[in-house]
Amino acid sequence: MVDITPADAVPPAEVGEMELYHPHSWWTKYVFSQDAKVIAIQYSATATAIGMVALVLSWLMRLQLGFPGTFDFITPEAYYQFITMHGMIMVIYLLTALFLGGFGNYLIPLMVGARDMVFPYVNMLSYWIYLLAVLVLVSSFFAPGGPTGAGWTLYPPQAIMTGTPGGQDWGIILMLVSLILFIIGFTMGGLNYVVTVLQARTRGMTLMRLPLTVWGIFTATVMALLAFPALFVACVMMLFDRALGTSFFMPAIVEMGEQLQHSGGSPILFQHLFWFFGHPEVYIVALPAFGIVSDLISTHARKNIFGYRMMVWAIVGIGALSFVVWAHHMYVSGMHPYFGFFFATTTLIIAVPTAIKVYNWVLTLWRGDIHLTIPMLFALAFIVTFVNGGLTGLFLGNVVVDVPLSDTMFVVAHFHMVMGVAPILVIFGAIYHWYPKVTGRMLNEALGQFHFWVTFLGAYLIFFPMHYLGLVGLPRRYAELTDMTIMTESAHHLNSFISIMAFIVGFAQLVFLFNLIWSIRHGREAGGNPWRATTLEWQTSETPPVHGNFGKELPIVYRWAYDYSVPGAKEDFIPQNVPGSFGTSKEPA
Amino acid sequence: MAVALVLVLVVVGSVLFHLLSPWWWTPIASNWDYIDHTIIITFWITGVVFAAVVLFMAYCVFRFRHREGNRAAYEPENKRLESWLTIVTAVGVTALLVPGLFVWSRFVNVPSDATEVEVVGQQWQWSFRLPGKDGKLGTSDTSNVSAENPLGVIAADPNGQDDVVVEAADLHLPVGKPVKMLLRSIDVLHDFYVPEFRAKMDMIPGSVTYFWFTPTRTGTFQVLCAELCGQGHPLMNGVVMVDTQEDYVAWLGEQQTFAQLSAPQQTGSADPAAAGTLAPGSKISAKLETVEAR
Repeated sequence: MVDITPADAVPPAEVGEMELYHPHSWWTKYVFSQDAKVIAIQYSATATAIGMVALVLSWLMRLQLGFPGTFDFITPEAYYQFITMHGMIMVIYLLTALFLGGFGNYLIPLMVGARDMVFPYVNMLSYWIYLLAVLVLVSSFFAPGGPTGAGWTLYPPQAIMTGTPGGQDWGIILMLVSLILFIIGFTMGGLNYVVTVLQARTRGMTLMRLPLTVWGIFTATVMALLAFPALFVACVMMLFDRALGTSFFMPAIVEMGEQLQHSGGSPILFQHLFWFFGHPEVYIVALPAFGIVSDLISTHARKNIFGYRMMVWAIVGIGALSFVVWAHHMYVSGMHPYFGFFFATTTLIIAVPTAIKVYNWVLTLWRGDIHLTIPMLFALAFIVTFVNGGLTGLFLGNVVVDVPLSDTMFVVAHFHMVMGVAPILVIFGAIYHWYPKVTGRMLNEALGQFHFWVTFLGAYLIFFPMHYLGLVGLPRRYAELTDMTIMTESAHHLNSFISIMAFIVGFAQLVFLFNLIWSIRHGREAGGNPWRATTLEWQTSETPPVHGNFGKELPIVYRWAYDYSVPGAKEDFIPQNVPGSFGTSKEPA
Repeated sequence: MAVALVLVLVVVGSVLFHLLSPWWWTPIASNWDYIDHTIIITFWITGVVFAAVVLFMAYCVFRFRHREGNRAAYEPENKRLESWLTIVTAVGVTALLVPGLFVWSRFVNVPSDATEVEVVGQQWQWSFRLPGKDGKLGTSDTSNVSAENPLGVIAADPNGQDDVVVEAADLHLPVGKPVKMLLRSIDVLHDFYVPEFRAKMDMIPGSVTYFWFTPTRTGTFQVLCAELCGQGHPLMNGVVMVDTQEDYVAWLGEQQTFAQLSAPQQTGSADPAAAGTLAPGSKISAKLETVEAR
């Protein structure tokens, strides 16, 4: 959509600008800051820090799986605590927080041409409650009995029983309290992102001129606001079951020969609530990644994103459909088997808009002018891993194929590829892309190349072969893989190989962290728009942007976000805030 | 150049790995070869798509890499191409879904001649119950579970008296006869899973779930638990032996009925806390004791 609007067609400002809250001290400027950009960095730093904990946990569990019986301190109890905390941290406290709290806060106001989020004070609270949630989570490592080992899905009854680590200790309680806090904090931030996108766009920035990054984060936020309440009530009810002895999820149970004081509850109700949140959660992580990667590909291929309107509708369509597919996580849960027909159909339908997005990414490369920068490399790697992980989703979504594969390593491989590796590759690409805007300096290129190749190829070598262990039938969540007839010598070797790759890939992330810190002072000076990009965040008068984002006047938007290589125009990009008609571009039929 | 080459190598490597990998499913021992066929169809369709997309990307990266003076084409939309791709995708997805749903309807509709066998999961062992001479399983309830009545069979139900109870031991099944596995748990979620049968289903305390299959060859097969059930989860192994009809009848004759087990002189040996019966999870139960002591 290349509507070249004459300057006089831009609507007049509807309301005058409100004065921002101006910080008076170091504390209110850098710590209790109401500036979305500072909050974004706080979110990102906290998420990265807790993410490092998850990385170490993954090493520990790979030690056990790759070299069973070698490390005595990894008891089954510890192993289950490791996998639970690893999963929970990665999905909620890292990916959700980083995409929405980190990228959302930094990019939404800048990209839509706003001075800040519309509710800066609530935005600040959102971060501090998130931090509290993280601290409560971390405290469970030091609580009696340690953190919960119920698996990140926290399925009752086992989550609150003696046979599970932390089930009758503090672990599960702290986990549930932390999740409840996280959701409260997220809701405060999420409302902000939605209202900012809807109400605070600058003049001329119509919805159909928004960069896809904003569309992705916006849609994901709307979904999260609708999905997290399901997890919230599930957590509250389980907390009641555990602390007050209610029976929301607890039927009559005999534990180790003793009758418990529960009856009438439904364990499967929890699973429905959990996955009503849990499936949209996959897309809460994926949609921002979809949006960001679209912008990375377009910018670094110097070409408009192919099929912009289709891309927007695909994001919205995927978001809506993702609310009616949740029970595909429950095909073998014992729910009514006829649900399988419905959920398999909806699940496979969602493959269509998802495939369209993939086609449009690769068609954007077609006849482009591809600069193989580090962000572009990560974007390409994202497409490879996302296509791979998406396609294995067609196995697991197709109800009867899921029967032999569910609860095996195939599932572990699938979801790591599609919602672990793929979105994290986008995060890396996005950091290499926007770091110059945040700090004014480029990340080191050589370290970036090393980081990219080790991470991409290493992660692929971890998770691609892992599918085949699942095909053999190896179950997931086994602290010991030794007592099984299907566990052959060669499968043990493959497991050791996967573990070694996991250590190597993990190490590469330390190099990345070093690069992040080192380049703040020693990176090459970036200037305001090093990638020659069109979107508004690159057009700020200062880099890094100051409080209030833009200078005296807010920018006015005259065109969509993808005017790259417009025929007849002198430069190969035209920023959104440049007025006037260029070359031969016209709105497509 | 290097990037395009690596992308090609990713495709070639993945295909070669698939073809040469020694890690493949176990030889099937049930009627669910339909499922295996559906997986093969899925591998073909998804494999072709994966190779096509990544190779196309590799071509683009090679052909349209930045060189001095290059300029990208300007083509915001192409409605025809977009609709065409949408239709092809929809056809491909349908080709996966239709056979999948067809096999699923077989999976959930149990043949009327299937024999019922009950599996009861508890931390961390398997028990089984087979209908007696009357061909019916008696009713049961978790609140009835006790040391003397480990499966919670309701004594007042006459159908239950002749049920064969196999506590924490191997299950035998006759080859070639369809069985409906009725799945129960008395504590947490478990999942009865035999890789060679391809089928699995969670067991939920308070409900009875099911799946069915026909064993197609004799042999000894390991039962695994496929739903996280606490620390002892990986040790929750069991054994299903698929016998010829004669061997099966001989085994069945040696088993005890609920009525026999309930007789007073038998109560001692039916105590689930007795050392031998908890063997699979003994390592874990030792650990649990230390937890409780703390």
